[in-house]
Amino acid sequence: MSVFSLLVAQNVVFWVIAALMVFAALRLVTTRNVVHAALYLVGVLGGVAALFLLMGAEFVGITQILIYIGAVIILFLFGIMLTRTRIGDEEKTDHRNRLGAILAGLAVAGVTIYTVIAGFGDAELGADTRTTTAEVSDSIFSQYIIPFEAVSVLLLAALIGAIVVARRE
Amino acid sequence: MGLLGAFATTPAVFAAEAGAEVVKAGGWFLANAWLIPLIPAASFLIILLFGKRMPRGGSEVGITAVAASFVLGLLTLVQWIGAVNAAGDAAVSPAISKWTWWISGGTSFTIGTLVDGLAVALIFVVTLVSLLVHIYSTDYVAGDVRYTHFFAFLSLFTASMLFFVLSENTIQMILGWEMVGVCSFVLIGHWWEEKANSNAALKAFLTNRVGDIGLLIGMAILFFAADSFSVVKINSLAAEGSIAHGLLLAASLCLMAAVMSKSGQFFLHTWLPDAMAGPTPVSALIHAATMVVAGVYMVARLFAVFFEGLAIAGSSVNALAIMGGITTLVGASLAFVQTDIKRVLAYSTISQLGYMVLALGVGAWTAAVFHLFTHAFFKACLFLGSGSVSHAVHSFDMKKDMGGLRKHMPHTFRTFVIASLALAGLAPLAGFWSKDEILAGTGGWGAFGGTGGNGAYTFVLFMAMLTAALTAAYMTRCVYLTFFGTYRGHGHPHESGRRITVPLWILAVFAVGAGWTNLPKGFQIVPKGWREQFGHYVEPRAAEGFYFPHIAHATPSWTLAAFSTLVVLFGLGAAYYYYFVKVRALGGSATELPNGLTSRFRIARLGHRLLARKYYLDHLYTDILAKGTAGPVARGAYWLNQRGIDEVVNQAGRKAVSAGHVLYDKIDQKVVDGVVNATGRASHGAGEEIRRMQTGKVQQYAGVMFVVAALIAVVLILVL
Amino acid sequence: MWLNQFLVLSAVLFSIGVYGVLARRNGVLVLMSIELILNAVNINLVAFGSYVQTVVGEVFALFVITVAAAEVGVGLAILLLLYRNRRSVDIHDVDMMKG
Repeated sequence: MSVFSLLVAQNVVFWVIAALMVFAALRLVTTRNVVHAALYLVGVLGGVAALFLLMGAEFVGITQILIYIGAVIILFLFGIMLTRTRIGDEEKTDHRNRLGAILAGLAVAGVTIYTVIAGFGDAELGADTRTTTAEVSDSIFSQYIIPFEAVSVLLLAALIGAIVVARRE
Repeated sequence: MGLLGAFATTPAVFAAEAGAEVVKAGGWFLANAWLIPLIPAASFLIILLFGKRMPRGGSEVGITAVAASFVLGLLTLVQWIGAVNAAGDAAVSPAISKWTWWISGGTSFTIGTLVDGLAVALIFVVTLVSLLVHIYSTDYVAGDVRYTHFFAFLSLFTASMLFFVLSENTIQMILGWEMVGVCSFVLIGHWWEEKANSNAALKAFLTNRVGDIGLLIGMAILFFAADSFSVVKINSLAAEGSIAHGLLLAASLCLMAAVMSKSGQFFLHTWLPDAMAGPTPVSALIHAATMVVAGVYMVARLFAVFFEGLAIAGSSVNALAIMGGITTLVGASLAFVQTDIKRVLAYSTISQLGYMVLALGVGAWTAAVFHLFTHAFFKACLFLGSGSVSHAVHSFDMKKDMGGLRKHMPHTFRTFVIASLALAGLAPLAGFWSKDEILAGTGGWGAFGGTGGNGAYTFVLFMAMLTAALTAAYMTRCVYLTFFGTYRGHGHPHESGRRITVPLWILAVFAVGAGWTNLPKGFQIVPKGWREQFGHYVEPRAAEGFYFPHIAHATPSWTLAAFSTLVVLFGLGAAYYYYFVKVRALGGSATELPNGLTSRFRIARLGHRLLARKYYLDHLYTDILAKGTAGPVARGAYWLNQRGIDEVVNQAGRKAVSAGHVLYDKIDQKVVDGVVNATGRASHGAGEEIRRMQTGKVQQYAGVMFVVAALIAVVLILVL
Repeated sequence: MWLNQFLVLSAVLFSIGVYGVLARRNGVLVLMSIELILNAVNINLVAFGSYVQTVVGEVFALFVITVAAAEVGVGLAILLLLYRNRRSVDIHDVDMMKG
């Protein structure tokens, strides 16, 4: 793999997205404005969806957009609204002692990054990594039917659980 | 392919090798046994949807459905007997109909029916008792606000129990097991407006959850060991030794936990007496005759697993036999101190279930199933009799509200006495034959001239013998307090109506005659064709590669029978002397001697207190385990509130803490049992040490988790 | 493209998420950080799936998305209850489990 391949269109797209994602993620965990945080989260989630498309995982990419950006973010916004978190700057969004958190984050980053670099060196993704929705559905509905059913039950349980927890008396 | 069309009779094929031949059982009723649970299930839906608009509130649908199941079950039984007769000396493989509803990862999931001798015997018991209970209930719960609801769930219970009994695979067993548990929960809490009733229902449900974990793990182990859910396959592999002994042992122990909760074995039996909060017909059907024997049935169904896993053959002790032995003694001794007639019967049921488990533990399979069969009739009769009594006197308290009912309620009295004698095990009533077979089956009689058996379980034999004496004594006490002396309650009790007495008499007839289906081999007064018929048709004949292990059979001996009768007579006589002679001499309204044993001897007093407190088990569960963890929570709340700004809240926190302390002091004083006390203190001390680490800050925990995970990763990187 | 491009990016996002979970006081922000972590995991799953030419990675990513949706639902319900009882969603104040 030569350095020139870095200039291939795909790679350019990747680095742009990656830079945006890291920036958005950093702002997400540092901003004092809760609504801004939600918007930065949209940025990260959109970036993840773009990465999925880049890797040829169309169905997961579309699902990511539909579920995360479509539904989860709305949920978060409702959560912000209902808990009356102050919209706008807030004093107490972070702990006074952030050093521990930074150290923990750095420790995790160090270990994981070392591991993946040591483990996968310069392994390359294949030229054509596209998978079709049909393949995904075949896999889910044959080999992974039991996990699929289990997840369905889990969703039902979460639905009921959320209602039971959040309703008034 | 339609659902019905997909059903096809596929008789299990076994490699018949040298020795017994295996033939398959065929026939329309054997192949279509799925109709038997389906009819009550349909009835459940019909009653639930339309019951309220029916002239009799849906009870007519339930009775018709269960009667139809009963007739179908009877025809299945006849066809099975025909198949066994036709097979001659050959072993008969069970008739299996199954339908594959899913295939995933090479494993097929099926649902279906397995009909063999054990299944038809249970179908007969369940449908007959259920039918009688249905008829009885039309009078007993007449006018109840939830009359229709009651019958709907009786139907659902019957369907679930039949579904469980006919299980062809272990998944189906788990489903049926849970379904009967849910029905039991609903029916115990039938009168949930009273807090005690809904508490009892919750207790039953939660206690059963503990055992259900064991059931799930045990069944999972069996699945991975046999790579199949099929009951027959698992049993065959276990019987021929293809599954590692360690796996079978682990599976047996896990399944034993399930038996412990469902069949009320010591020390998870505490829910069963509380379950008496449900209506009496429910107690008779669910908590005496059918559901509580589910654990026994499960062991009998997967017997090869237990037989090999616990190494029953050629031994003199194993976990199952000991569990049964302890339970039977604990149950029988606790039945003595109860004043609530239903609780006497509940502890008696625990004791008799222990008898069955004990029998399975010593390998006396037929005796255990036979005892299950006979016990269902006389215990259902006793429960329905107690219901009839309470119907008349509006109470269950023997000492306060009963007595002298002999004259007022002749039918109830007669059937109750017959069933009591059957339970006590007096020849020639049903209990005698089944109990005696269990005693012989222990093989513990070997030293005294008995033969056969799977080992020499002498210790277990002593436990069982002692229980026989205790059983006779507590039933005598119960009969005296209820029916003799003078009436101590209010109003004028009178005999119940026909719909109550007729089921009582039918059950009483079975309480007398059910035992004659399996007269012992040595009982040569009757022709050969009359002896051991139950065992002949119910027990799978041993064959090579078959789904049943080779078990040895004990021969009941005359001396053992005579001795056990003497033991029973001793128990009966002692209690008779105490109540019918001494207590009676004090006048009709006396219930105990004023200067009885308990006032004269310290030991007897201590023993009585131990029994009255139910061996302190409920204290252990609620005070030590539940409230012991509540104390620290209360203190945590105090700490929290101190930091709060509100003084009112602060005060409340202080109250909570003092409540916690009172709780502790009370526990320390109340629980005299040294061992329990020491355990409590030790765990409390350990808790004090550990609690300093609990800051309650979620993020601190999360941080520790991440850092430790990273450290472990570093270690792994360095090592690998 | 290198596989490591994705893996390292994912590791960075994961670590940022860890920081967020540990450092934020507002419960909603903590939940957002958890979403960040889950998404980092999803990138890994899909990347490895593409690397070994199998669809399984995507299937599991879908499962993670589903579970994450359920988690947000329940998590926000808990926060709502917390807010109703204490007028605050500050994780710092929630230490009822203190021993």
